[in-house]
Amino acid sequence: MPYVTGEETKARIPVSGGAVGALGRMRDSDLWYSFTRSPLALVSALVVALFVLAALFAPLIAPHDPFDPGSISILDSFLPPAWQDGGDARFLLGTDDQGRDVLSTILFGMRISLAVGFASVVFSMLLGITLGLVAGYFGGWVDSVIMRIADVQLTFPAILIALLINGVARAMAGPQSYDKVVFFVLVLSIGLSFWVQYGRTVRGSVLVEANKEYVLAARLIGLGPWTIMFKHVLPNVLGPVLVIATINLALAIITEATLSFLGVGVPPTQPSLGTLIRIGNDFLFSGEWWITIFPGITLAILALSVNLLGDWLRDALNPKLR
Amino acid sequence: MTVAGEVVETETVNSGKPLVEVKGLRRVFDLSKPWLNRMIEREGRILLTAVDGVDFAIKEGETYALVGESGSGKSTIAKMAVGLLPPSAGSIMIDGTDVWGKKSQDTERRMRRKIQMIFQDPFASLNPRWRVGAIIAEPISAFGLISDPQDRAARVGELLSLVGLDPRDGQKFPHEFSGGQRQRIAIARALASEPKFIVCDEPTSALDVSVQAQVLNLLRDLQERLGLTYLFISHNLAVVRHVATRVGVLYLGRLVEEAPARDLFAAPQHPYTKMLLEAVPDIDMEGKDRQSIAGEIPNPITPPPGCHFHPRCPVRRVECDVKIPLPLPVGDATVRCHLFDPSP
Amino acid sequence: MTPALSVRNLRIEIPTRHGVLTAIDDLSFDIAAGEVLGMVGESGAGKSITGSAVIGLLEPPGRVAGGEIHLAGERIDHLPPDRMRRIRGKRIGMIFQDPLTSLNPLYRIGDQLVETIMTHQRMTTGEARDKARKLLEEVGIPAAKTRLSSYPHQFSGGMRQRVVIALALAADPELVIADEPTTALDVSVQAQIIALLKQLCAERGAAVMLITHDMGVIAETADRVCVLYAGRLAELGPVRGVVKLPQHPYTIGLMAAIPSLTGDPDKPLAQIPGSMPRLGTIPDGCAFNPRCDYRFPPCTTERPVAYAAGTSQAACLLHAPEFSRVAPAETLKAADAAGIRLPKPAGEAVR
Repeated sequence: MPYVTGEETKARIPVSGGAVGALGRMRDSDLWYSFTRSPLALVSALVVALFVLAALFAPLIAPHDPFDPGSISILDSFLPPAWQDGGDARFLLGTDDQGRDVLSTILFGMRISLAVGFASVVFSMLLGITLGLVAGYFGGWVDSVIMRIADVQLTFPAILIALLINGVARAMAGPQSYDKVVFFVLVLSIGLSFWVQYGRTVRGSVLVEANKEYVLAARLIGLGPWTIMFKHVLPNVLGPVLVIATINLALAIITEATLSFLGVGVPPTQPSLGTLIRIGNDFLFSGEWWITIFPGITLAILALSVNLLGDWLRDALNPKLR
Repeated sequence: MTVAGEVVETETVNSGKPLVEVKGLRRVFDLSKPWLNRMIEREGRILLTAVDGVDFAIKEGETYALVGESGSGKSTIAKMAVGLLPPSAGSIMIDGTDVWGKKSQDTERRMRRKIQMIFQDPFASLNPRWRVGAIIAEPISAFGLISDPQDRAARVGELLSLVGLDPRDGQKFPHEFSGGQRQRIAIARALASEPKFIVCDEPTSALDVSVQAQVLNLLRDLQERLGLTYLFISHNLAVVRHVATRVGVLYLGRLVEEAPARDLFAAPQHPYTKMLLEAVPDIDMEGKDRQSIAGEIPNPITPPPGCHFHPRCPVRRVECDVKIPLPLPVGDATVRCHLFDPSP
Repeated sequence: MTPALSVRNLRIEIPTRHGVLTAIDDLSFDIAAGEVLGMVGESGAGKSITGSAVIGLLEPPGRVAGGEIHLAGERIDHLPPDRMRRIRGKRIGMIFQDPLTSLNPLYRIGDQLVETIMTHQRMTTGEARDKARKLLEEVGIPAAKTRLSSYPHQFSGGMRQRVVIALALAADPELVIADEPTTALDVSVQAQIIALLKQLCAERGAAVMLITHDMGVIAETADRVCVLYAGRLAELGPVRGVVKLPQHPYTIGLMAAIPSLTGDPDKPLAQIPGSMPRLGTIPDGCAFNPRCDYRFPPCTTERPVAYAAGTSQAACLLHAPEFSRVAPAETLKAADAAGIRLPKPAGEAVR
């Protein structure tokens, strides 16, 4: 066989059909393929999307504005759902003790629940990723300190930590200004109680990735640790983070609801799903079940769909299960 | 090809002065358990001497091959030579600069530009989330060589064609390439900073034979064209024979033999080198029986005393298990073996 | 005599979302009792998947889509899993690349050996222990009696691979499948293991299917070689013939590309341009045709089968009289110069 230089290209055959652009690449990906073939993932994604859209456009689609005192009449209070005896066609899911339309309060409540959920997931994710990257990449005592804090935090239930942080923040803010900062207090307390999972996962992946040769190649050209961490290592450890984030979104929404149910969350004037369930809970045994059941069902469906989506994502990203 | 003149201003190749000088190189790893465990379990420290007093020099434009089996310390030397792992003792001088000495940031950058590395596993050495073009462009921007994005892209295309790929391949991701093509991309990245010295750490051991030949030929071709100096790490003697000008044979961290490639393959001196050569499979089927080497490589944490090779050595003498042999000149070679000791 | 293993027109398919990939296409070979057949090819050529198909452990979704596999005359490719499980270990022994994956790190090696022996043979524990000790002695483990109570991690890499060989031979199998048995070992230990494997199987009359990418190992161990390319047979024949006088252009290129301790080190190595196509992008006609130096028109359309070629069989149209007759003169000349034994035109033989 004669000696040929650099002729390797000639015999190469393109591998994938020429998918162009980010959208094309996404549609060509294994993840999209697995998504379109999983009915459960499709349905849960649809439900989540529907809920998010409903929450986003609540002011447009809600039949009433539950926060406008002018439109609320105490005479309409405790009306059952429209299909029941004594129901009113104006209030599909009935009204609460102040005459607010339950459907509208749910739509507006979901806004707050989802906002707190998303914000606290983003916050805990940023915190966990940074601490995990630092612990995994630098190692040594930095690693020990961060991971011991994580270990200690893991021995307490997340809700307890959220309650603790919430109490401290509440005391620091004072009773008057509390209503204004309540959103941030909730995000802070839920976010701080959930970072550990991200931190530990990222650290584990970093320990694997940092020894791969592409990281050595980056060190070789004198790049600093932060550049390497964020430009090289981070994109390669994001897969598991995405899975945790999805599952944690459901957890964060439930935690917010729990805090609100316990009375330390958002106030009744700006109710979230948790607050609504708490308000309705008082009337459950006097027969006005709809005030608490409908927000409860909404919360359950939302959390379940997000969770199923997270489960699917975990399986789809784990090549061993495929 | 447009490259020859522009890539490296090679002055006089083979001028005879060493580009790389390694002296008394030593590296000890601490494998001990944490302090608290040691106190409780009453265990001492566990130290592993991976590299033990290694000296060699590489002339400009030459290929120096380090050969050894697992635990020989060859990859540790490679990492120290490129500045990824600090040595415990000894020095590495590259083009007059001490790789591990104190120096200004500017000198450090200039030195780093001159040193590059090609890794063993082409599936781990390219960031899977980056496009090939970005991977190759990274050293160019890191060293601030070309600031204009268009010129940089042109340079990336040039590098790709230099290693036998299509300039348009820069748009693709690493997973779209085969192992051999990926190794070409890794070579293009190594060339991007216009280095003088490239450490090749088992660059073909993860590749299939037919592709191995392509990559070895490419490395030789680039050396001739760009006047590169290689440190070539390998466990495969047949491969080394095709690339090396000088060879060092490592056994448990010590350089047991060091000789011009031709001499080493024609007349190996150290008993270990002889055995290694005899253990190479007889592909030509000349009927030569492959000699089995007795025993296995000892655990490097507890190496045998004296000459590390003595428990497996067929010509061992009384002093071999007590006295560490010193490097002795035998013709053009340097051999660490008591057989050549003039004062037995 | 019935061969120990007979594979006929084997076809293995892997359904994926991009369509069904054919990992092995129309592969046939035999291994006689006491014979070592080397399976060589680049990564992805299908050598390991063939081994997996024989032992009935194809990784899903891969499946045997056609052909037959016979073990000593008995068809085994369509057996239910529980019957196949009884054949594995008893009638087919297996040796894998990484000895750590074949040994359970939590059990003493003596117990693992005894368990394997007793699953397949009627013996008392005492007899099985005795046999285990003899096996360890046979594979060259010093102080076998005391080593029976050691754990896998207490052995060195080479010693561990010896234990794996003992385990594979424990039930006196008719066929041993060794998948890259020396790849994880150091050069100086490789030779010991190869010699041991060859000797023990010859003594027992077991057939060996030796899967490796290392032509050197094949050259000194195998009796016959089967060269695979892109899931298809390229060449099959006695090892001496294939190594010294390869008949398929791919084998010729492969042999020339191997660096050796003889020959001029200053000459560049011969290389085959390009790389093996991935499954699913295999070209029409001969799978090797885009990289072949001797390609002529029918190569891109006609799928070659195994033709007699010298001492071997080669799947190359140059060896098919009806095609080589129409090949251009310069191609034939170049092929002849490369040592390809072209078929004699029918007319010439009569004259």
